[in-house]
Amino acid sequence: MEYPEELRYTREHEWAREEAGVITVGITSYATDQLGDIVFVELPEPGRKIEVGKTFGVVEAVKTVSDLYAPLAGEVFEVNSQLTDNPAAVNQDPYGEGWMIKLRPSDPSAFAKLLSHVDYEKLIEEHRA
Amino acid sequence: MQPTTLKHTPFYEFHRAAGAKLVDFAGFEMPVRYTGDVREHQAVRTSAGLFDISHMGEFDVRGPGGAEFLDQLLTNDVAALEVGQALYSPMCRPDAGIVDDLLVYRYDDHFMVVVNASNIAKDFEWMAQHKPASVSFEDHSDRTALLAVQGPKAADILREHVPEAVLELGYYRFTTGLLFGIPATISRTGYTGEDGFELYFAPEHGDRVWEGLIEAGRPHELELIGLGARDTLRLEMGYMLYGNDIDDGTTPLEAGLGWTVKLKKHEFHGKAVLEKQKTDGLKRRLVGIQLDGRRVLRHGMTLTCSDRDVGVVTSGTFSPSLERPIGMGYVESGAAAIGTALEVQAGSNSLPARVTARPFYTRGTHRS
Repeated sequence: MEYPEELRYTREHEWAREEAGVITVGITSYATDQLGDIVFVELPEPGRKIEVGKTFGVVEAVKTVSDLYAPLAGEVFEVNSQLTDNPAAVNQDPYGEGWMIKLRPSDPSAFAKLLSHVDYEKLIEEHRA
Repeated sequence: MQPTTLKHTPFYEFHRAAGAKLVDFAGFEMPVRYTGDVREHQAVRTSAGLFDISHMGEFDVRGPGGAEFLDQLLTNDVAALEVGQALYSPMCRPDAGIVDDLLVYRYDDHFMVVVNASNIAKDFEWMAQHKPASVSFEDHSDRTALLAVQGPKAADILREHVPEAVLELGYYRFTTGLLFGIPATISRTGYTGEDGFELYFAPEHGDRVWEGLIEAGRPHELELIGLGARDTLRLEMGYMLYGNDIDDGTTPLEAGLGWTVKLKKHEFHGKAVLEKQKTDGLKRRLVGIQLDGRRVLRHGMTLTCSDRDVGVVTSGTFSPSLERPIGMGYVESGAAAIGTALEVQAGSNSLPARVTARPFYTRGTHRS
């Protein structure tokens, strides 16, 4: 299980990547491993404002369903429409092709307050213990 | 708080070595998936899969009056069973609620009853309570390993490692003989809709049989199958899962198991209630449900018809074979006709659905 160090994480197993003021969001390899094969991803319309900690979408796996939680507040300006036809990309490449939304954060400094990869790995260890 | 100690089947170390994700299922630490639900599912539909189902319970029933005892407890016809034949039956309470659904195997001198893992203690107590003195009754679940090999290649995998008679078995027939040199009961039964076998043997021989099957299965693309794919496979066939689709509060007729209820039998638990249900008609029925789109039906979701509650989803999944969501649920009889338009209440969404025929998947290779 890998948790890239340039990313930040939430306790609900989302990751966030910051590039030139834009935040990309997806779910971690721990989450995809827990969910199993993902068959559907419901994402918001571009333009929607989302609030930190509130749900912004849903992932349906064969065995279970899970809400997606916003790591940061902001406005969604792009969603990964490839996931409509290929939801399995989330399993295959959770940090790449499996990204879900891009947003413009209302408070760019909030990114640094998310969990580091070290903190997130600790959290996962606790889950496993 | 001390964590509860989970039981292990004889194949636990093989599951760990294979990298399975393990979960608590009925008090056993069981593999839910090895590689992926969809891949495992497809392997069973197209080649073959190996399932560890040793968590299931096995009871022996011996002595004079054994058949009559089982016929008193079960809705299906045990007396009509031939030696070497297996039978699926609900076991009902006097109010026709289902205690469990199980298999009965008739040997020349006794019966074996195979029950759901989650119900071993409950069934044992129930059956012991109703047992006549002439019948001896024993739980040998812990002394029985049970594996299933399911899929169109299942017979090819076993071919050189079982007596020839095994390959000639009809559906729901069994024989005893050597399996990789180990004494075993081998039945042509399963829970997948594909041709296949269930293999009962002593757990101390677990390694030999498991390794033998893996080796024999290699040229036939045998895959290890977890409980996740076991559920999607059974649901595509519309088979019951106890605790989801049937339980103490549902009757076999409501569940569409009328073919297992032999009202011509003399007396059995639940007969009066079932006769009345048959005469008066059913208030609710278990139906197949199909959804458009890709949101998945889940156990417990409410079913409505023109905004009125008409029932509840008991099982739901995404069907890997049909590539769409499928499920089952109880609905008022007035909403049970095939083709009836319903809605599924999934969180804040109301999703269009319709009542559909079971099985959902009709291309299986099982023999009936």
